[in-house]
Amino acid sequence: MRPFARSRARGAEVLPRRAGALMFVAGLAVVLAALGTACAYRAAAATSPVVVGSKAFTESVILGEIVTRTLEREGIPAVHRRALGGSRVLFDALRAGEVDVYPEYTGTLDEELLGSPPAQAASDAARPGARSGAGARTGPARAAELHRLGLTIAARLGFEDRYVLGMLPGTARRLGIRRISDLARVPGLRFGFSNEFINRADGWPGLERAYGLHEQNVQGLDHELAYRALEQGDIEVTDLYSTDPEIVRDRLTVLEDDRGFFPDYSAILLVRTDAPTQVHQALARLAGRIDTRTMARMNERVLIGHLSESQVAAQFVEQLFGGPLQQPSPRTWPHELGEYTVEQLALTCASLAAAILIGLPLGIVAARRPALARLVLGAAGVVQTIPSLALLVFMIPLLGIGFAPAAFALFLYSLLPIIRGTSAGLLDIPRPLAESAAALGLSDWARLRLVELPLAARSILAGIKTAAVINIGTATLGALIGAGGYGQPILTGIRLNDVSLILEGAVPAALLALAVQALFDGIERLLLNPSTFSRSKR
Amino acid sequence: MLRYEAVTKRFGPVLALDAITLECASGRTTALLGPSGCGKSTLLRLAVGLVRPDAGLIKVDGGTVGAASLEGLRRRIGYVIQEGGLFPHLDVHGNVTLLARHLGWDRARIGARYGELLELVKLPALVSRRLPDELSGGQRQRVSLMRALMLDPELLLLDEPLGALDPMIRHELQHDLKELFARLRRTVVLVTHDIAEAGVLGDELVLLRAGRIEQQGSLEELLDRPTSAFAREFVASQRGARELLDAPLRALPRTGG
Repeated sequence: MRPFARSRARGAEVLPRRAGALMFVAGLAVVLAALGTACAYRAAAATSPVVVGSKAFTESVILGEIVTRTLEREGIPAVHRRALGGSRVLFDALRAGEVDVYPEYTGTLDEELLGSPPAQAASDAARPGARSGAGARTGPARAAELHRLGLTIAARLGFEDRYVLGMLPGTARRLGIRRISDLARVPGLRFGFSNEFINRADGWPGLERAYGLHEQNVQGLDHELAYRALEQGDIEVTDLYSTDPEIVRDRLTVLEDDRGFFPDYSAILLVRTDAPTQVHQALARLAGRIDTRTMARMNERVLIGHLSESQVAAQFVEQLFGGPLQQPSPRTWPHELGEYTVEQLALTCASLAAAILIGLPLGIVAARRPALARLVLGAAGVVQTIPSLALLVFMIPLLGIGFAPAAFALFLYSLLPIIRGTSAGLLDIPRPLAESAAALGLSDWARLRLVELPLAARSILAGIKTAAVINIGTATLGALIGAGGYGQPILTGIRLNDVSLILEGAVPAALLALAVQALFDGIERLLLNPSTFSRSKR
Repeated sequence: MLRYEAVTKRFGPVLALDAITLECASGRTTALLGPSGCGKSTLLRLAVGLVRPDAGLIKVDGGTVGAASLEGLRRRIGYVIQEGGLFPHLDVHGNVTLLARHLGWDRARIGARYGELLELVKLPALVSRRLPDELSGGQRQRVSLMRALMLDPELLLLDEPLGALDPMIRHELQHDLKELFARLRRTVVLVTHDIAEAGVLGDELVLLRAGRIEQQGSLEELLDRPTSAFAREFVASQRGARELLDAPLRALPRTGG
């Protein structure tokens, strides 16, 4: 009689507990998805204002800040998506309407972004001593080409950031060198150039031809080391940018480009033609307001003086337009950290949830059909081998910049471990168990749900865990395309060579990865310890 | 109840069953006997549709296996394998009642049937919450039987159910199985390589060799009148089988319990 009574007490519950593991995984996915959407919503809540972009180097970020503050001063709401990446990322984002305006340089526009103009290229190249830039073109031609793309130059800012050659003032005086053409008179000079300069058509190869500098010694040198090499007398001449801080501090003499070799790298504001008129008007107010020295000084104050780009930009706008100094809203440390965390979690949760929802069924299918498995795992494997930076950049033409492309890339990365974990877990079920389940007379779906998935749960969870950890690590790169997260301070820190800033992103990212690992270990213990799994739910 | 009509099955180059025709009579226990690889397990696997025949038909209760849904067929058959095949993530109760709960039986019906089965296989109720890993080998096979019997199937297929057990336990379980078959009066097909076990449990013995039926009949017939050299050898190699003829187990009434 006892077993009888007992059985009744244990009885048939509404929900078979075997579904526990499955329900759990499904629940996890849904919760993650909800969390991700909520965070994404928060992160995306502020996208209606004018979006200002900037490239991932100090000068560009300062200019982005200046533009943002100028717009705000005119009463136009604006947000600055700072340090998004390289020229191509910004240009594509601008064309896609993800960004409304960003600072660019005419040389970059001609050489890299617009491609060679058809007729001019050949004649240009044939002219000895002419500008080497195959893409250099006249203003109206450039404007027309931009217009076709829906873009306009809103303002020339008034300075150029181009290659120049520099020497120590003492050396230059001693040798009587003021212009680049003077260099040909002094054979045996030692040149230390950055590798990029040595290789670019508008760098040393063109310069050598244009000025006939064939008698000189040239060596590759890291830009950071050039100044020290000059001071130690290892080299006499180096390349630098016209707005480098060293120039303002009068530690280097810039040689005059007397044959006009270096292409024009005037700073401009590139804006979408369809931006509101008042935006165009506000941007036009910056035309000609920043000269080379001013820009170099602002760079110096950030790079050497350790002020933030926002502070430097705010002071500039203040001096330019007068009026009460509008302090940048104080972004305190915990507040910023909170924002990064929200962005990071949004990315990870949304992409992981999607990967679980898609990867689990794909893994099941892969376990059932070996031919399909090769295809699915092969495809997912190929995706895995694409470098994360490249994958993120591929996403831009498809999904623009910001949250969506980063989340989609992370989703793709998370897919393989989950598919593989699921299919391996199912295929590893011992044959007697699989056959017993079949012979019992359970339907395919019930067999999967009640027996096979629970037996594969360890492997499936391991796959999800791997995916989560990879995901968090890779998510920091999302900052490159404007998705924010812990990558934001890391990238800024790398740019400014500020270790504390790098750590501000790297440490929470590492902690988050550890926390996720611990979370999954806990889930695994709870769910897979057979005694709790099978017996606790009565 | 279970009929094989000229069934042939190949696994790659190996001919596992060679046009076998066999009738397993209703309400009786048929013991399939023979050395490893003679095709005896394949006969059971064909009956539950785990493998398909290359030629021939298998009929369960008049219906051809594979003609209709396998799920329906399998629910009328209890199938027990040597390792038990218990699901490691479920406790005893969970394993036994899995299918019934999936089919939506109510709590009372499941409880009643579970209680009956515990008693039938002589297991104490306290094992209910143990996991398969926490059971002895003999207990696992008893639980496996419970699971196979849960829906009260007309046909019970046992593939070396005692094969993995040590001799003491094996002997005890043989005894209990004998009693159980007698009480249930179901059609049972049992696979074994042990002639003594076949003799204890089976009403009809079928000796197989390389996919063919070598001899069919009672234990006495097999022992006293082997029809081939192979049968004679097989019987001779398993000493002690003859003593069974007079053993007390054999004398157990069919309507015991």
